[in-house]
Amino acid sequence: MAKKIGICAVAQTRFERAKDKKRVQEMVWEVVKKVVPESGLSFDDVGAIVTVSDDILDARTISDSAIGDVVGAHMRSEEKVAQDGAQAIYYAYATIVSGQADVVLVTAHAKESQVKSRNLVTTAAFDPIFERLMGMDYLAAAALQARAYMEKFNVSPNAIAKAVVRSRKNAAKNPYALLRTPITVKEVLASPLIADPLHKPEIYPTCDGAVALVAASEDVAKKICKKPVWVTGIGNCYDAFYLGDRELWRSKSLEVAAKRAYKMAGIKSASKAIDLIELSDPYAHQQLMWLENLGMCKLGKAKDWFESPKISVNPSGGVLAGNPMMVAGMVRVIECVLQLRQEAEKRQVKGVKKAIAQGATGPAGQHQAVIVLEA
Amino acid sequence: MRKKNREVAVVGVGQTKHTSKRDDINQVELIAEAVQKALDHAGLTIDDIDATVHGNMELFEGIHQPDMWHTLAFGGYLKSGIRITTGGTTGATLACAVDNIVASGLHDIVLVIGFEKQDEGHTTTGITAMADPLWGRSLQTGAITGSTAQIMIEKFGERAIKAAAKYRIIMNENAKLNPNAHLKLDITEDNVMNSFPLAGELRYLHMCPQSCGACAIIVAAEGVAEKITDKPVWIVDHETVHREETFNLFKTTGDVVTTHEMAARRIYKRNGIKKPLDEIDLFEMYDPSAWWAVDWLQKFFLLPEGKNLELVENGDICRDGKIPVNPSGGVVSTNPIGASGLLRVAEATLQMRKEAGPHQVPKEVKRALASGFGGTYWTVLLLLSKDKPQR
Repeated sequence: MAKKIGICAVAQTRFERAKDKKRVQEMVWEVVKKVVPESGLSFDDVGAIVTVSDDILDARTISDSAIGDVVGAHMRSEEKVAQDGAQAIYYAYATIVSGQADVVLVTAHAKESQVKSRNLVTTAAFDPIFERLMGMDYLAAAALQARAYMEKFNVSPNAIAKAVVRSRKNAAKNPYALLRTPITVKEVLASPLIADPLHKPEIYPTCDGAVALVAASEDVAKKICKKPVWVTGIGNCYDAFYLGDRELWRSKSLEVAAKRAYKMAGIKSASKAIDLIELSDPYAHQQLMWLENLGMCKLGKAKDWFESPKISVNPSGGVLAGNPMMVAGMVRVIECVLQLRQEAEKRQVKGVKKAIAQGATGPAGQHQAVIVLEA
Repeated sequence: MRKKNREVAVVGVGQTKHTSKRDDINQVELIAEAVQKALDHAGLTIDDIDATVHGNMELFEGIHQPDMWHTLAFGGYLKSGIRITTGGTTGATLACAVDNIVASGLHDIVLVIGFEKQDEGHTTTGITAMADPLWGRSLQTGAITGSTAQIMIEKFGERAIKAAAKYRIIMNENAKLNPNAHLKLDITEDNVMNSFPLAGELRYLHMCPQSCGACAIIVAAEGVAEKITDKPVWIVDHETVHREETFNLFKTTGDVVTTHEMAARRIYKRNGIKKPLDEIDLFEMYDPSAWWAVDWLQKFFLLPEGKNLELVENGDICRDGKIPVNPSGGVVSTNPIGASGLLRVAEATLQMRKEAGPHQVPKEVKRALASGFGGTYWTVLLLLSKDKPQR
């Protein structure tokens, strides 16, 4: 049985359209100053620091250098994961279980409002010669994926729009979420088509925010923490880069990442073992797709599964309700931790013992990370 | 010694030939060159690799999340992987990260990729964007920092100017023997001292070049590593130390403990190293300029003031000297930034395995240091050993 690490404290900012009164440093400090004392530790106990941010989004080379002092990295170790926040949990696990540090502070931040368009950032992820000139960006990639998924499995625009309806309904109970106003299928489908077939509410809103958590080795977590939440499984995986090289209507990388995480956590049948899922759905169709690729139902069947769901999915409202890129996957982990600690307030789901958090990086979720968390 | 879940060793290294321009190929092809060499060196195929660790500095090429595209180069399809970046220290951080990842038991064989293709961007613009947009950006001049030269000259006068020039010539002679090095110049100490000034006494020939290049290393867990090679090089320990407030406007010759000293103290303490000059056989140091290099020899080896100049003046740091420093020619000869820290580990590995070729040092290298430098004032320091650590 693989070793586990404990998450001892978590914090998130409210996610807002534009935190234009706050610099990145202030945003990160807001969560760091909560999370370190909450863990019952001081900065002196933190053995290593892992941060998540993106140089191009921050328009700042070595974007982590901006927050070095804020995260307490003075004369200490800090390393930046330049992928979705869920990957920071993978690296925190490695840092702790390897023996480098017993306690790791993890943060993630993004201010999408600082750039003229998020798409200007993500278009730079594409091959500069063959793809970028076609106008590819993560939104365009997601739209192509949505179309492929809808065609392959005969999924109606209604079924995709329902993902937004679910998200808003749940987000209404989450004080940290940005989009908390209920919406109907009719309203979603009457909204402007931004990238066919995706309507405006089917695309996650531009937003700003930061998150932090404290993770510790099993021994230390048991000592310092009343209700540690255990990371018992971790898996990640890359898919092919070129969209044409993939079966766009499924995420092979998520299927493999999930398999790795379940194996590590000793889970044989995920659909039976898991009580709650927080998945990263920046685009509405991905809420359905990822559920299938996580092994909760057969390919193409998520639309039916959601008619009578057996497992709670995104009680936080998910990414559609507003979490920025880089940060989104770590919010999923934090929401699972709150649920497993019975501290999710109005959005608390009853009887959650085992949960999974999923994060994605890259065009149409090329890189996938799955984290299994247990009370 | 610090605790470690299991031992980890470098089992293969590969690098491109480094040059100022590689306009014959794209980034994917550049990285693939280094990856194939590392696989060949380890006697493995891409199917043997469980996971990858990738890093560089985004704003030098302007590619967002470049590991996505580069999966084509490092065989990432359906493999585990992570991207980690810390600026100039990136390459060295990658080595620390892979050590953690393999030691934790998550994966047994991991491929690490560091690269930079600086002919596709503008490096000084990229580095300048590091400074705070409100407070520092209008002052920042990329990595061109003249203050160390000024401090050294205040302390040692003409002697420091000569030592910096001599250091540069020693590195140039080493680079001439290294088939992969970038700058192999026909220069004298006088040329260095009289080259045009960039910032005060920091002159053109003191400074590293902007290189295109990639480095890949393959790292494996104990039990697996010994089966791949009979010459594994073990990662004994690593330390990362950051400091943000670099620019002290009031005093240029203060007694501030640098991140280099702090990292060295911690590594030596944990590993029972009392006399680093005697107990370390070789140092691959991230030396972006000759001035920094001469100063940093004191910091890393915890030497009394002036002893660092002696090491240069007496030729102790030469390839056949007592403590060879950068037989590869160092960063001052070759700087593909995201690869540079990883190259230090790769070069130290080759020296320990006696496979460095023309720039092989004559002495036996049993224990080596490899460092990374970057950020505002950041240090990553790794301790490598030919013998498997006994904890």
